Amino acid sequence: MTQPVSPPRDSIDKAPAASEPPAWRTMLFRADVRTLSLLGVLAALILIGGVTRPDEFLDTRNLQLVLTQASVIGVVTVGMTFVITSGGIDLSVGAIVALASVWATTVATQEYGFAGILFTAVIVGVGCGLVNGLLIAYGGMVPFIATLAMLASARGLALQITDGSTQVVTVDAILDLGERDAYVLGIPPLVLVFALVTIIGWLVLNRTTFGRRTVAVGGNAEAARLAGIDVRRQRLYLYLLSGLCCGIAAFLLIVLSGSGQNTNGNLYELDAIAAAIIGGTLLSGGRGTITGSVLGVLIFTTITNIFALNNLQSDVQQIAKGAIIVAAVLVQRRTASTT
Amino acid sequence: MPEFTSRRGLLFGTAAVSAGALLVGCTSNETKDDPAAADQPAADDKPGKAVTIGFAGPQADHGWLNAINQNAKSRAERYEDVTLEITEGSNDTAQQIGQIETLINKKVDVLVVLPADGKALTQVGLKAMRAGIPVVNLDRIFNSPQAYRCWIGGDNYGMGLNAGHYIGEQLKDKGDARVIELAGLDNLELTKQRTKGFDDALKNYPNIKKVARQAAEFTVESGQAKMAQLLQAQSNFDALWNHDDDQGVGALRAIEQAGRDDFLMVGGAGALSAFQAIKKDDGVLKATVLYPPTMAASAIDLARALGQAKGVSGLAEFEIPSSLTLYSAVVDKDNVDQYMATGFK
Repeated sequence: MTQPVSPPRDSIDKAPAASEPPAWRTMLFRADVRTLSLLGVLAALILIGGVTRPDEFLDTRNLQLVLTQASVIGVVTVGMTFVITSGGIDLSVGAIVALASVWATTVATQEYGFAGILFTAVIVGVGCGLVNGLLIAYGGMVPFIATLAMLASARGLALQITDGSTQVVTVDAILDLGERDAYVLGIPPLVLVFALVTIIGWLVLNRTTFGRRTVAVGGNAEAARLAGIDVRRQRLYLYLLSGLCCGIAAFLLIVLSGSGQNTNGNLYELDAIAAAIIGGTLLSGGRGTITGSVLGVLIFTTITNIFALNNLQSDVQQIAKGAIIVAAVLVQRRTASTT
Repeated sequence: MPEFTSRRGLLFGTAAVSAGALLVGCTSNETKDDPAAADQPAADDKPGKAVTIGFAGPQADHGWLNAINQNAKSRAERYEDVTLEITEGSNDTAQQIGQIETLINKKVDVLVVLPADGKALTQVGLKAMRAGIPVVNLDRIFNSPQAYRCWIGGDNYGMGLNAGHYIGEQLKDKGDARVIELAGLDNLELTKQRTKGFDDALKNYPNIKKVARQAAEFTVESGQAKMAQLLQAQSNFDALWNHDDDQGVGALRAIEQAGRDDFLMVGGAGALSAFQAIKKDDGVLKATVLYPPTMAASAIDLARALGQAKGVSGLAEFEIPSSLTLYSAVVDKDNVDQYMATGFK
């Protein structure tokens, strides 16, 4: 899942004199060190896993498992990275995943099959993103508040649709996608979708005008506006994008768990924000890295996997997870600041 | 396994029915006091004094909790003399206290409360009792016996115990058997009780060793994730106890995805999907231990009896008992038909 290190497009608006070689090289090196330190944390975790449970951890099945479990939250995190890069926040991602998954499994399961479920999940995700985007970009609401309102109402609606009960999927085409028969060259389809979303996300953020505008809005919205960027429309698109990612993630979750439940996506917002921050995306906006976010997700998933393989109980898991988040960020800051 | 497959009437406690002849002799009655069929309420059916029952239930964000609310509502509708004042379900302690206070102010005759947190709601239970409103405490128990007139609920320890015994009996001839446990939310007291009961039962079978335990969160998503990891961690084991049938939907999915069928699985609670899988008998799920949501219907019966100052048919006493612990029966292929109607979605 390692991506080529991203050239720091953020230098474009941070230092308009980006053509100046020394600054550029410093920025590249800094980004490099950041990514390397994350890879170092991941390598250390793999070492711990390999030493403590060599037979189970270093097994192909386990690699498939870790990547599969990273896929759902990973797709959400890619969308979240864009939103945070633009200086915003999306607290509603978990609730949107829940709503999209139950809507798709209640409305579409029986009659419209595979396409119906996929379509419904994506449309509900995009629809929620549209509402968030309109409220924030054109309603002038603070992202924190608007998406908090979406969190509450989407969860409420998900609960109302399901009446609290679990919607079991009976469409074979959906279920088969989660089975081993569906693996392409040993890679689960869910992981392929995750990889695809990551690559597209990386390209969009680092190689397109849309990506540069996102960074510019996050760096300094007023300057971006004066530079001719339609800041409001850009924001609308970003929350739409986040909603789209949630819709895709909801579909992946339906495939993975074979059901829709109103408790789906619980605390995804915190996991996605944490992964993005650990990855090096600035919470204040203006800098974002898809590579870092994906590494953040992989670090989390690997930790969980190692804990489960070693049969650690949930209280120990939570404490250790907190400690590792702190350690990862500290290591990263130290290495980044020494350059 | 007659002692586990036999059905026990709600109010006959846990008296063991072991003799086959007695079992046969009882069958004619047994369909009648089937909890879902609900044909035999605790007090008699004859209309009596009008009773207003206040019901403060949980937020129905889980199959079992939703079934609790449904059971209470549908049972109350059966009685012409019962009016149900129902508050919006809540998982928030402060909000639920406010709701119960509203019901007290409305001067309902009897209160039925399933607290979000039994300890935290003890004070408001006391307040209702002092206001002269008898409280039927449902499932999560108040801290003080003074806070309720009657408690009715499930047996978390018994769930673990019966699951452990069932697995123990299945594996008793197998040397060095390995068992794993997929627990529920670890920050709930009830999860610890279920695990304790399970461990205690397994002590009776020295050939069995519990090799792993992971806690999930009562959700399908967490069940799938934790089970997938457990399957990776334990390349071979003989039995699995999963605390909750809702998270069991996810666990079964993970088992199917891993292509494993080399063990037997016992569920918990009694979801319809679990009953159907047990009946079909084409997977690892062979049984589930009950934690019946029908207790909410029984709580309405008891509240009505309290309001009308009646005893309970089938008991000699003039008053209803102060506490009733339901039995966590094991449902397997042999008796699943009997329970099918009680399965919750």
